[in-house]
Amino acid sequence: MRLPDGREVPDLHVDPEVVARCRALASRVTGEVMGFVERHTTVSIERTVLRQLGFHDAGPRGIPLVNLMVDALHERGLLGKGAAWWFGWALRRGARDPMQVVERITGLPRSPEPLPPAEEGALRAEVAAEARAAAAELRRRVESRDALREELGMGPRPHKYLIVATGNIHDDVEQARAAAQAGADIIAVIRSTAQSLLDYVPHGATTEGYGGTYATQENFRIMREALDAESRRLKRYVMLTNYASGLCMGEIAYAAAWERLDMLLNDAMYGILFRDINMRRTLCDQYFSRRITAYAGVIINTGEDNYITTADADEAAHTVIASQFVNESFAHRAGLPDRLIGLGHSFEIDPHREDTLAREMAQALLVRTLFPEAPIKYMPPTKHKEGDIFFSHAYDVQADVVARVTGQSIQLLGMMTEAMHNPFLMDRYVALKSADYVYRAWKSMGSEIQFRPGGMVERRAAGTLEKALRLLEEVAEEGLLAAIGKARFGDVSRREDGGKGLAGVIARDPDYFNPFLDILEGRP
Amino acid sequence: MSVPGKGGAPELVRPYGDRRDDGVVQLSFVLPVVAGDRAREAATQVARKMGLSGIHVAAMEQAAEGYTFFVVYGRTDAAVDLAAIDVPEVKVKKRGFDDLNALVSRELGRRIVVLGACTGSDAHAVGIDAIMNMKGFAGDYGLERYPAFDARNLGSQVENAALARACRDAGADAVLVSQVVTQRDVHKENARAFLDELGKLGLRDRIVTVLGGPRIDHRLALELGYDAGFGPGTKPSDVANYIAGRVLERAGKVPTEVHDG
Repeated sequence: MRLPDGREVPDLHVDPEVVARCRALASRVTGEVMGFVERHTTVSIERTVLRQLGFHDAGPRGIPLVNLMVDALHERGLLGKGAAWWFGWALRRGARDPMQVVERITGLPRSPEPLPPAEEGALRAEVAAEARAAAAELRRRVESRDALREELGMGPRPHKYLIVATGNIHDDVEQARAAAQAGADIIAVIRSTAQSLLDYVPHGATTEGYGGTYATQENFRIMREALDAESRRLKRYVMLTNYASGLCMGEIAYAAAWERLDMLLNDAMYGILFRDINMRRTLCDQYFSRRITAYAGVIINTGEDNYITTADADEAAHTVIASQFVNESFAHRAGLPDRLIGLGHSFEIDPHREDTLAREMAQALLVRTLFPEAPIKYMPPTKHKEGDIFFSHAYDVQADVVARVTGQSIQLLGMMTEAMHNPFLMDRYVALKSADYVYRAWKSMGSEIQFRPGGMVERRAAGTLEKALRLLEEVAEEGLLAAIGKARFGDVSRREDGGKGLAGVIARDPDYFNPFLDILEGRP
Repeated sequence: MSVPGKGGAPELVRPYGDRRDDGVVQLSFVLPVVAGDRAREAATQVARKMGLSGIHVAAMEQAAEGYTFFVVYGRTDAAVDLAAIDVPEVKVKKRGFDDLNALVSRELGRRIVVLGACTGSDAHAVGIDAIMNMKGFAGDYGLERYPAFDARNLGSQVENAALARACRDAGADAVLVSQVVTQRDVHKENARAFLDELGKLGLRDRIVTVLGGPRIDHRLALELGYDAGFGPGTKPSDVANYIAGRVLERAGKVPTEVHDG
């Protein structure tokens, strides 16, 4: 099969009727959820709207202004009208600068007197104009990112994706530059442990984090500017990615888009399954955050690789495929084109077993074949990594081979010291050197290899797709929320009213006002 | 040479390359310097200051601008007396799956309640899952599979106080605490803090406490106040046998089989 970027991968026969049926079922699954999403908003969505209206700063004690305002509105039961409406109200009540807006909103009485109907239209027009101006500025920033990427070009695919995670953004910059010089195409700054559970986005440049560095708008800016400079020097554009996941999906997506990030981890179900975030909350937030990434041309990466770190990779292969169809459908509903939907999967079958490579190859080729336009992201082994770095390195190289032969788009390079410590500079160097060797050595093999009809690889892929279809049938029958309750994905079960963040989900009033969402949904 | 802890003749060991006592070790490291003759000499001197001789810089490559990656071989004179080494180890008499279940059923007459969690801000449930979950790890069943255990995996990011309360509410016999993220020793403080929470509820001595994780060993666990520690490569059956042994011992049901070295 010839990929849109010109690479050739081995042909894999998949039954087009089964594929079409999977897509139809996934669409039914996501369609049922969308009704709820369209009737609700969340504290994080409303904070994003206020950020878009210019409230980037933090107040005393480091609390972001958007949290002060949204919490005040939520306490008074006023958020169903939309934070943008209250912003407009504060302007009409004489606020002349952002701090005065904050003061008026946080000082609202329990039952503010209604606005005269004559003023209502003017208020909405005024705020919508502000939102349009901010969106235009966002678009301009995104275009400057795209222009630089276009001018410099990127390295060949699979794009080599490397992680930095020192906890200190300035050290991260040094590590990221070193990785770029050694050949990295994409730099991911790992977030500090448990940031996903913070119901606010920390403010400013940060130098302390555990297991990673806080995602803040200022940290995004520092890293993207450093990579712009490095890209120009190397005459090769280096992408930057972070995590729009957790309780602040929309806010992080917005900050990242504004600071010209190229890519974001963003999964429709990851937070529910792996961070125990309430499902209603995540389903609302994922939609809004994806609308932002669609508007800003940010590639999303989904997190199906995580399923097979909790469940067995061999037995749960079909859950990855089923979830990819669901993630794809959610992404389409949020306006993302295939070229921005970086579905994720990984090389995780227990290496102590036999014939694992045939199954890894089958899985990687199946994903590639099902989603030919998508910038598929392939993750290296992590679950079965141990302290023997020499074995670990050999193990990672197998994943490099599969990635190259099956035409993956983004490859996260395995670290020989996975499961031991944050990557050392030399760990990245060795991973890049080996990946470059593999890509060079296996350059044309993707178009040379044909898998035996009816052989192990073909049978495995067909079997996995068939099981994915059956799972999607069950999920469509039960509904997504009930299916998650029954641990259909990643062996993890969650309740609809459980998890974190449910209190931040609010029904929209009939006259709910969100001019940013109007723009994102194409109603300017 | 100091007197060996357990008596007996000294038993000197050195690193082994391809001949006994050649003392050869391999190192890799990065120096923040530009590759070249001076860099090679710098790497050699680093190795020499580590006490190595016969130094061979096998590889010197630019890992990034101003950073050079080295692979270095050398010989060390360091030798240690194995006979003098005393390491606390969890010693467990291991029984098979069926034997262990039968023993607990016969001697205790009820299931052993075990809670497991990855505590604090730590979101890495891989370790606790491998030990607790039905499926287990490397073909070795997890605690949930044993009829002898009422095993409850509370997952990741469980607050210490919440885990302590859960232990009280469940009437736990044993608790497994997993710590994976280790930056700046956060795992140690967090692990210790859990024992304080158990203490506040008066449960400190009533529950067998087990600590696990990639940077955990038995000695560290003992230092922190736990009953046992398990590091990488631990199988669920190791933990199952340890817990059952300890719980039965405390119940006065079996002769002591468990030692702390």
